[in-house]
Amino acid sequence: MFAVGAFALPIAAGVAGTLAPAFGFLPAIGGHALTLDPWRELVRWPGFVSSVTLTIATGVAATLLSLIVALAFAAWACARPWGARASAWIAPVLATPHSAFAIGLAFVIAPSGWIVRAVSPWLTGFDVPPDVATVGHPSGAALVLALMMKEVPYLVLMIAGASAQVPVRESLAIARSLGYRAADAWFATVLPRIWRQIRLPVCAVLAFSLSVVDVALILGPSHPPTLAVQAIRWFADPDVRSWFPAAAAATLQLAIVVAAIALLLGVERVAARLGLARIEHGRRDGAGGTVAAAGATFLALLVALAGASIAGMALWSFASQWRYPDAWPSGLSTEGWMRRLDGLASPFATTLAVGAVAVAVSLALVLACLEFEQRRAKRGPPPGLALLYVPLLVPQVAFLFGAQVLLVRTGWDGALVAVVWAHVIFVLPYLFLSLADPWRALDPRYARAAASLGAGPWRVFWRVKLPILAKPVAIACAVAFAVSVGQYLPTLFAGNGRVPTLTTEAVTLSSGADRRVIGAYAVLQALLPLAAYLAAASLPERHRPRRRGSRS
Amino acid sequence: MVDRLLRLCTCAVLFAALAAPVRAQSPDRDWSDVLARARGQTVHWNAWAGDEKTNAFIAWVGAEVERRHGVKVVHVKLKDTAEAVQRVVAEKAAGRDGGGSVDLVWINGPNFLAMKEQKLLYGPYAERLPNWRYVDTVRKRSNLIDFTIPHEGYESPWRMAQIVFVHDSKRVRDTPKSVVELAAWARAHPGRFTHPSVRNFLGATFLKQALAELAPDPSVLQRPATDAAFAATTAPLWAWYDGLKPALWRGGTQFPENGPAQRQLMNDGEIDILISFNPSEAAVSASAGLLPDSVRTFVFARGTIGNTSFVAIPYNASAKEGAMVVADFLLEPATQARAQDHRQMGNFTVLDPAKLAPEDRRRFDELPRHPALPSLAELGTTLLEPHPSWMTRITAEWERRYTH
Amino acid sequence: MSAVPLVLESVRLRLGERVLVDRLDVEVAPGECVTLMGPSGCGKSTLLAYVAGSLDPAFDASGRILIGGEDVTPLPPERRRIGIQFQDDLLFPHLTVGGNLAFALAQRVSGRRERRARVDAALAEADLAGFADRDPSTLSGGQRARVALMRALVSEPRALLLDEPFGRLDAQLRDEVRRFVFDHAGERAIAMLLVTHDEADARAAGGRVLRFRDNGRVEG
Repeated sequence: MFAVGAFALPIAAGVAGTLAPAFGFLPAIGGHALTLDPWRELVRWPGFVSSVTLTIATGVAATLLSLIVALAFAAWACARPWGARASAWIAPVLATPHSAFAIGLAFVIAPSGWIVRAVSPWLTGFDVPPDVATVGHPSGAALVLALMMKEVPYLVLMIAGASAQVPVRESLAIARSLGYRAADAWFATVLPRIWRQIRLPVCAVLAFSLSVVDVALILGPSHPPTLAVQAIRWFADPDVRSWFPAAAAATLQLAIVVAAIALLLGVERVAARLGLARIEHGRRDGAGGTVAAAGATFLALLVALAGASIAGMALWSFASQWRYPDAWPSGLSTEGWMRRLDGLASPFATTLAVGAVAVAVSLALVLACLEFEQRRAKRGPPPGLALLYVPLLVPQVAFLFGAQVLLVRTGWDGALVAVVWAHVIFVLPYLFLSLADPWRALDPRYARAAASLGAGPWRVFWRVKLPILAKPVAIACAVAFAVSVGQYLPTLFAGNGRVPTLTTEAVTLSSGADRRVIGAYAVLQALLPLAAYLAAASLPERHRPRRRGSRS
Repeated sequence: MVDRLLRLCTCAVLFAALAAPVRAQSPDRDWSDVLARARGQTVHWNAWAGDEKTNAFIAWVGAEVERRHGVKVVHVKLKDTAEAVQRVVAEKAAGRDGGGSVDLVWINGPNFLAMKEQKLLYGPYAERLPNWRYVDTVRKRSNLIDFTIPHEGYESPWRMAQIVFVHDSKRVRDTPKSVVELAAWARAHPGRFTHPSVRNFLGATFLKQALAELAPDPSVLQRPATDAAFAATTAPLWAWYDGLKPALWRGGTQFPENGPAQRQLMNDGEIDILISFNPSEAAVSASAGLLPDSVRTFVFARGTIGNTSFVAIPYNASAKEGAMVVADFLLEPATQARAQDHRQMGNFTVLDPAKLAPEDRRRFDELPRHPALPSLAELGTTLLEPHPSWMTRITAEWERRYTH
Repeated sequence: MSAVPLVLESVRLRLGERVLVDRLDVEVAPGECVTLMGPSGCGKSTLLAYVAGSLDPAFDASGRILIGGEDVTPLPPERRRIGIQFQDDLLFPHLTVGGNLAFALAQRVSGRRERRARVDAALAEADLAGFADRDPSTLSGGQRARVALMRALVSEPRALLLDEPFGRLDAQLRDEVRRFVFDHAGERAIAMLLVTHDEADARAAGGRVLRFRDNGRVEG
C-alpha cells in the first residue's frame, strides 16, 4: 500500500503549503507571523459574496443536473436494446479534454457564434450579433452546460459499470410483471442498489465542478469569477503579496468542497428515506418514464452540442477567414496546419509520452492493489484505500502551489518525471474507479478452475484474468489516458511550464484568441484520446459479469 | 591538497566573474568574456505566448542566436508573465539561489517592480550590452523609465508599445479625438465598444489613458499616489466612466479577458472599436486574417500612453551570460527592423534611427507599408506611464465600484 | 379476483434461420400448471419471455397471447399482469421483506395502515408473521422462496410464469417450496406455465407436460 502513501502524502504536504500562507505564513515573500489578514482581505474583496454564491450555485447545479440526466438516461436506456450501444456512442465524449469542449462550446453558443450565424441575418435580421450574454453569463449557465457535457457521459459510464454487478434484466422483468413501467422499475429496483458504487464518482464530479479552473476561465462569468479562478488570478498577480488572499481563497475552496460533500451525504440520507417510502407506496404513475424521456432528450442535446463544438473547432483550424454572419468559413486551406505542424509536433509527442507512461505506471499500481485485495485472506477492500481518491476530491488550486514548492525543494521541478508523477496522481484514482468494478465482478470460478489445473497465482493473473478482462482494462486505460491529456494545472506546476503538452499549449494560446490556432490544438487534444478509446473499444468482448447468467 | 587548490581556483574564477563589471576593463573585453561563457548555454526565455507572430519571432531569435553564438533558446510559453515571477518566488522559497529555471523574462511595469523590490533580479546589465548604444534614451524615455521607475539596468528594452485604437472604417466614420468624444460615440452606438478587463494591463492602461486626459493636474501621476491626490485626481475619471459604462458591450457587465479576446470580438462583428498596445495591430491582424481588411488605426489629439517591453534576468538564473547575449541580439538594428516589419511581428523599434549607420537606417526606411499602418507622425505624442501605484489603485477602486 | 385461462395461439419463435417454437397452441385453465420441458437452449425460457412481453427483439415472434379472452400481445409487460418467478428469488436487497411485498401491492390499496395490513396478512399466509421489518438476506432459502412467491401473488396476477423456480433449492426444501407454490397459486385459481428440467417438478405440478423437440415442434 506504499502506492497510496506515495500519492496521498505529497497532497497533504501541498495542502499544508497552501494553508500556511492562508494564515500569513510564507517567509519567502515576507510572511513570518500567523495572522488572519489574508482572510480579511479575501472577505473585503468586493466580489466575495457573489463569487462564493456563484461557485456554489454552478458547482451544485452542474452536479445535480448531470446526475439527474445521467440517471434518467440510464433508466431510459435500460429497456431499449440499443440503449447499451448509445452508451458506447457517448463514451468518446469522455475522451475529449474539458478545455477543448469549452473553447468549442464558446464558439457554438456565443451571440456571434455558430448557432446564431446559421440563422442570421436571413431569419433573425441580426446584421450585427445581438448584445446579449450567453458565454460568461453572470448566472454561470454556460459553465454549467459545459461541465454537463463532460460529466453526464462520465456518470453514464460509471452507472453502466456499477449496473454490471446487479441482475438488471431480471429485476426489471420482476418489477414490470408487478405492473411498473421500465423506467419506474429501474428507479425503484436498480438505482438504490448501484448508488453506493456511483456515490464516489458523484462526489468527484461535485468536487471538480466546484473548483474547475480552465472551463470557468473560458465560459464562466469574469466579473466576478468563481472562487477557483479568482484564486488563480491572485496567484498570477504581479504583486506577490496577493498570494496571501489567493491561499485563503484556495483554502476556502477546499472548505466549500468538504461542506458540499457533507451536504450531499446528508441529502442522500433524506432522499433515500423519501425514495423508499415512495417505493413501498406502490405508485405506478409512470412519472419515471417522463423523467427518463426528458433526460434522454437532454443527453442527445448535450452530445449534439459536444459534436458541434469539436466540429466547429476542426473547421476553424482549416479556415483562412470566418467572420460573422457567415455560417461557413469564407476560405478553407491546409496552409495553417502546414505552418503549425512544426510547433505541434513536440507538444504532441510529449502529451503522448507522458500519457502513456502515466497510464502504464498507474495500471501497474492499480492491478497490484486489486490483486493484493483478492489474495488477502480478509474480504473487502484493504484499509487506507479511500486515500487513493483524495486527489479527486481536493481542489487542485488548494495543493498545487504547496506541491510546487515541494518539487523545487527536491529539485525535481521541470523534469519530465515530475510531470508524469503529477499525472499519475490524477490518473490513478480514475483508473481505479473504472477497473475495480469489472475486476471484482469477475467470476472467481475462473481463477479457481485455473488453480485446480495447477496454475500459480501469477499464471492465473497473466493467463486468465488479464486476457478475460482485456477489453475493460483497455477502455479504462483509454479513459485514464484522456484524463492525462486533459491535465492543465498539474502539468503547468510540476513542469515549471517547461514541459508543454497539447493542453497547456491550447490554454496558453486561448489567451491569444486566434480560433484557427486554438482549433488545431483542440482537434489534436480530442483526437489523441479518441484514437486510444476507439482502439480499446474495437477489442473483442470476453468478459461476462458474474451475475448475468446466459439464458436460452 | 589538489582538492583545496581546485576550490581556490573556482573561488578565484567566481570572484573574477562577480567583480568583472566593477573593474575598469574595456567593454569589448568584458563582452567577449560574456560571449565565451554563453557558448553552450541554454536560455529558458519565459515569455507570454498568446500571439503566434511573436512566438514565431522568438523562435527565429533562438535559431539566429544559436547559429551565431552557440546559445540555445527555449521559449517557455506563459499565459501570464506573473507565472514566471511566481516560479522565481517558489524557487527562492525553496532556497534555490542558483541554477534557477528562469533565465530571461519578457517583463515590464508592475511585474518588473515586484521582482525588483523583492530583489529577484540580476543586474545591472543593460548598459553592458554592446548594442545599448543605439537605444533611444532621449525621445523614448520609457526605455529608461519603466512606469516612472528607473530600471537602473535591471532590464533591457526590446520593443515599443503605444496605445492606439483600431476601428472598422466601414462602420465608424468620424473617429473620436479624445476619451470624452469616445464616450459620446459609445453612447450613440450602445454595445459596440468595450475595453479589456481592468485586471488586464491593457484594460488598466485604457483607464490610465482616460485619467491622463481627465486629471486636473496630470503631473501628479508621475509621483506615487497618495490618498488625497488619488481622490481628487480620479474624481473626473469615475464621473466619465459612469457615463460610459452603460453604453459598453454587454452593458458593461462583462469584459474581454485581454487584448486578443477583444480583437476576436471585433472579428466576430460584436464591437467596432478596439484598443491595442501595438501601433501595427490593424496592419498585422488584417494581413493575418484576424480582422477585416477595412480596419484602420487612430489615436487621440493630445497623445496616447506608450511604454517599452523589456527583458530581465532573474537573480538565480542558470544561464545569465546566454541571457545577456539574447538581450543584446534583440537590440541589433537588423533584429529590430525585422521586429518592426508588420509581416513578421510589427512592433516599433526601441532604437534611435539617428544613432544608426546609414545601411541600418535603410532597413527601417525600406520596410513594407500597409494602409492600416500609422506613420510615426500620425502616432503623435507619447504620454508617459503613471507611477505603478496609480494602476494598482485604479484597478482596486474600479473593482470596488463596479464589482457586485 | 376472477379466475381466467391463459391461451397461447399459434405462437412461432425464430432466431435468424433457427425455428425454436413452431405454431404452438396451448390453453392453460385457471388453477392449472402446464410444464414445459426440453434440453437446454431449446427455447423454453424464450417462450416465457414472449408470454411475459420481455422478449429480446433479436427474436422473430408471432402468435397471440390471450388472458381471459383479452389479447395482451400488443401490451408492454407492465400492463399484462402476468407474474414471474425465476431460479433466483430476486428479492430486492435494498428493501425489507415487508418493503418487497409493499412494492408489489397494487397502487389502489391506499393508506399506509391498509397497505401494512395487507403485507402482514400475506406474510402470515406464508407462515412468516412478524418478518416484515427483516432484511431479506437474513432469511433462509425456503423463507426467501416463500416471500418471492407472495410478492408475485399480492400484485394479483392473472397468470404466473415459473422459470425453473426450484432449481437452486436442495432436495428437501424443493419439495416444501413446490407444495407452497402450487397450493397458494392453485388456491387463487391462477393459470401457470412452468419451465423445468426436473421430472419431479412436473409431477408435483400435476398438469400437462409439453416437450420441446429439435425442429421447433412441441409435443404434449
